[in-house]
Amino acid sequence: MNSDNSLPQDAIATDVEPLDQAPSVELRRAQEERLMQTWETPSGWRYWSSVNNSDVGLWYTAMAFVFFLFAGVLALLMRIQLAVPDNHFLSADFYNQAFTVHGSVMMFLFALPIFEAIAILLLPQMLGARDLPFPRLSAFGFWCFLLGGVFLCGSIFFNAAPSGGWFMYPPLTSKYQTGIGADIWLLGFSFIEVAAIAAAVEMIVGTLKCRPPGMRINLMPLYAWYVLVAAAMILFAFPPLITGSMLLEIERAFGWPFFNPAGGGDPLLWQHLFWLFGHPEVYIVFLPSVALIAMIVPTFARTPIVGYGWVVLAAIGTGFLSFGLWVHHMFTTGLPGISLGFFSAASEAVAIPTGIQVFCFIATVAVGRVTRSVPMLFSLGSLMIFVFGGLTGVMVALASFDFQAHDTYFVVAHLHYVMIGGVIFPMIAGIYYFFPLVNGKRLSDKLGTIAFWITFIGFNFTFMPMHISGLLGMPRRVFTYPANMGFDTLNFVSTIGSFILASGIAVVFWDLVRPKGNEPYSERNPWNAGTLEWLQEMPGKPWGIRSIPEIDSRYPLWDQPNFQRDVDEGRFYLPDAEENMRETIVTSIIDAKPQQCLRLPGSSFITLYGAFSLGGFFIFGTYHWWWAAMASLTVAVGVFSYWLWTGPIPDKLEKDVGLGLELPTYVSGTASITWWAMCITMLADLTAFISIVFGYFFYWTIHDDFPPKPSPGPGVFWPLTSVVLLLGAWGLTLLARRWNDRDQSGAYYVGLVSAVLLGLAGAAALIAGPWFTGLDPQEHVYPATVWLLVLWTVIHVAIGMYMQLYCIARRLAGRMSARINGDITNVALYWHFTALTSVVTVAVIAGFPLVA
Amino acid sequence: MRFLNAASRSSVYSYASLVAGVLLMAGCNGIQSALDPLGRSAEKVAGLFWGMTLGTAIIWSVVVGMTLYFARVAPLQGNRRTSAMIIVGGAVVPTIVLSLLLVYGLSLMPDMLDPAPEGSLKIAVTGEQWWWRVSYDSADGEPIILANEIHLPVNEPVEFQLESADVIHSFWVPSLGGKVDMIPGRQTRLKLEPNRTGVIRGACAEYCGTSHALMAFYVVITSKKDFDEWLEQQRAPAKSPVEPLALSGEKIFLSSGCGACHTVRGTQAMGAVGPDLTHVGGRMSLGAGIQANDVEDFLEWLKRTNSIKPDVHMPSFHMLPQDDLLALATYLDGLQ
Repeated sequence: MNSDNSLPQDAIATDVEPLDQAPSVELRRAQEERLMQTWETPSGWRYWSSVNNSDVGLWYTAMAFVFFLFAGVLALLMRIQLAVPDNHFLSADFYNQAFTVHGSVMMFLFALPIFEAIAILLLPQMLGARDLPFPRLSAFGFWCFLLGGVFLCGSIFFNAAPSGGWFMYPPLTSKYQTGIGADIWLLGFSFIEVAAIAAAVEMIVGTLKCRPPGMRINLMPLYAWYVLVAAAMILFAFPPLITGSMLLEIERAFGWPFFNPAGGGDPLLWQHLFWLFGHPEVYIVFLPSVALIAMIVPTFARTPIVGYGWVVLAAIGTGFLSFGLWVHHMFTTGLPGISLGFFSAASEAVAIPTGIQVFCFIATVAVGRVTRSVPMLFSLGSLMIFVFGGLTGVMVALASFDFQAHDTYFVVAHLHYVMIGGVIFPMIAGIYYFFPLVNGKRLSDKLGTIAFWITFIGFNFTFMPMHISGLLGMPRRVFTYPANMGFDTLNFVSTIGSFILASGIAVVFWDLVRPKGNEPYSERNPWNAGTLEWLQEMPGKPWGIRSIPEIDSRYPLWDQPNFQRDVDEGRFYLPDAEENMRETIVTSIIDAKPQQCLRLPGSSFITLYGAFSLGGFFIFGTYHWWWAAMASLTVAVGVFSYWLWTGPIPDKLEKDVGLGLELPTYVSGTASITWWAMCITMLADLTAFISIVFGYFFYWTIHDDFPPKPSPGPGVFWPLTSVVLLLGAWGLTLLARRWNDRDQSGAYYVGLVSAVLLGLAGAAALIAGPWFTGLDPQEHVYPATVWLLVLWTVIHVAIGMYMQLYCIARRLAGRMSARINGDITNVALYWHFTALTSVVTVAVIAGFPLVA
Repeated sequence: MRFLNAASRSSVYSYASLVAGVLLMAGCNGIQSALDPLGRSAEKVAGLFWGMTLGTAIIWSVVVGMTLYFARVAPLQGNRRTSAMIIVGGAVVPTIVLSLLLVYGLSLMPDMLDPAPEGSLKIAVTGEQWWWRVSYDSADGEPIILANEIHLPVNEPVEFQLESADVIHSFWVPSLGGKVDMIPGRQTRLKLEPNRTGVIRGACAEYCGTSHALMAFYVVITSKKDFDEWLEQQRAPAKSPVEPLALSGEKIFLSSGCGACHTVRGTQAMGAVGPDLTHVGGRMSLGAGIQANDVEDFLEWLKRTNSIKPDVHMPSFHMLPQDDLLALATYLDGLQ
């Protein structure tokens, strides 16, 4: 190989070799039997209790594809309506529901979920892991997605779907749409977004902690890098939207005037929060699709990717930059010229990392020798479409041009070039590439080629004319247009094109679902790829990988001699399941040094119960049935408590995982996956909180007097009292952690009980401030924001107190000890964040009025 | 490699012909077209667009052509010293091109964004679901309230003050320049400067509810002299009708409560909820740019407001006798 792909010296020094001799055939057969028993997929109706990534990933992908087809049908209905001027095929109201649901479903129920779905399906395989670190969390996410998605899509059959656009701008969606549609959008998608964040946590922990030994972070497949970047972006992009949705729903349900100018609110705050999410979202769905290209191109070019480091840096750069561009969606809101210039420049700049990625792929094609295949065809099609969309993106990024193009069909054309070129085409390429991993059969080259040409031609006929219809003056989101404006023919062509495009998708769909029973299984590694997922037997086994290999190359199947044999014969780690426990290896973040033999939970319906009870809270909330919602939430808390309580605690603390390596089965703190999951979740939570604080200061910037003068505010005494008490609760929690680790039970219990009491008093004191000064949140946005910050903190303190009580119960029940101390360690971590939240809250509500 | 060869050639051809076809269609002039400018800002943006389109065509052809060529001949096979290509193609060239574009694109903005000079014509426009309240400043300080149609003198900068009465709208006259949103609780502004006479159309560009598609208006650009005459005529109250049918129409108008929402200056109808109707018959359109403006159109509108414009606030008056409706329509049409 070449310098780009060679190994650092120290890695070679510590390299571990597989067993010289294969275990005996009898032993191997016994191992396989035990593995099979342990990982067996439940049969009958219990199949749906499976939590194995290959089952859940498949359901997830299939369901996302169903939502894609549903939103596609809505698009066709819209195209029929717009085929001719002054058409009456759809009513105005239904059309508005259709484009709202089309956009929202494509974004929230297709583009994002299918990224997570494919990652759930592929990531463990690519990383040589038996499963993701939190299999039940993936299953829970799937059930949330299914329930929320069906609820949202179903609403259109009752003519009750949201019709405020996928961007939901108030005040249209706060005061002027009184139906249930907006509530369905706000609560339904918030529910799904929570699941999306859960999946993101899993992706991050999965890529960082569940790599095979030796797969240092610079050997990780590019797909995993992209997933890591996209998942990290979800953590910081979704919370502003969740906060925005919460503010808007509170305004709708309780009249707190966050976006109502009559009460000091401002509709533009919504736009900031929405696009702080909305723009990164584009890259969140785009990057994991490019990731598929990054896996496909080297395989068919028969050469390692060129410029691995460049691609990684460019992906990270794109992720960072994408958070600084949101204002380009607001160029026409009357911003000062300096902002327009700044955000134009930032928006143009994002073309540079994208250009680097594209050129790395082009260079790989130049270096290798490309072989013919359907995945490659779709990849090339993707390049043609995406580059065009990128170039029109450069146009609209320029504020002076955007003044004209904004909210016209030009933007509709641009975004579909980017999304279909950058997401759908790579996705289809990925489907054709990875399908053999799903059921061992290959998709048809012939159908794939036909589908490519139909979709490619249909796509361009649909969207190319829209560039022009937009500039000829056709605004977006119009249910009809008058004749003789110059866009009759263009629209007719678009409609014809859309049906051609749809028939191409239909061919793909047919290829996926057509019976393949009598076709032979694909050979192993049919494309002769170099990455770990292609170790899979055809058809795959539920255990995933036969033994977990030691990795020292980016393309181990190409570079490591006898690799497949060694894995198959169990010459690497964990070739057995002696205790009939599902196991995988946890490694360190940078160097992938083995740290733990992780025991994974098995099949369970608890994930479904958890999702449906939590879903009940959101769905009943939509109808404002508060009692039912609270009852459902209570059930959900019960289910989650049971879920946590019954999580596996290893009976033996060390395990020989093979090759002479002894690993602990239980770790806590920064070595453990749960600590990272808590930390990552709380970063997302903190981002949501910061979004509220952002709102407070946003109101300050738009008002001459904020806090408004006669308002008493929450005072200083009660908030200060509260922060002292809450910091006390935090400190006692930290002490309790130490006492637990020293096995000082008495001190531990007293400490935690006192912490709960201090937390209770602190929460009460925090409420006392605005309560005694009589702040009325319906009257003005200032008291509303103060109350929101207070309630946010109080809810977090309440959750923290619940966790403390849980820790008391755990130790009492003998499920926690000085050694098994993950619970209290993670709760202490939670309290770091809660302490920070309460300090910031008090500094803002009590401190800021003093200096303002 | 014949496969990729054929694929690449035919797809490049199909792209080229599609782009050419679309551009040909664009040749036809539109009444609402940003590519058929009648004003300074729109002219600059149209020029910018054509320049960028040319650049896009070149860059796209180079990148795609290069990829397809490489896919066929693999010119660097085995030679992985490609950093220069990645750095130049992915970073250096884009940085130079984008910097130049940015400098040029942003240099157009001050002229677009600067307010019109003191003493320029000022027009306040308020977006309402789904029509436009238009108010001209006049010399005597009493604003002239009109609706759904704007007249402008050619070659004079005009300062628009934009507001919203309900949800977010966006004021857009593509042939004159870019759009600016109308946001509740805020006042935004826009300068337009027509440099050719003509009749063009503007529309709401921000989705504003059920009948967002039916919220347009006409803009008439005339000489300064014609404009002054028109404004003077608009300032005058409505003339009382002389024809008997129209006269009875006026009575029905006043007795049926139309005046609760509409103003006809010179009568007792002083409502401020809906559009001012003082000279409604003289406008180019009815229903905010969506219908012609003859007696039959008024008749249709009165009978079925909600099916012409879904969710419109004005109730339909189909319950009035046909004769009354005809009289009303005749009266309104006569308000020239």
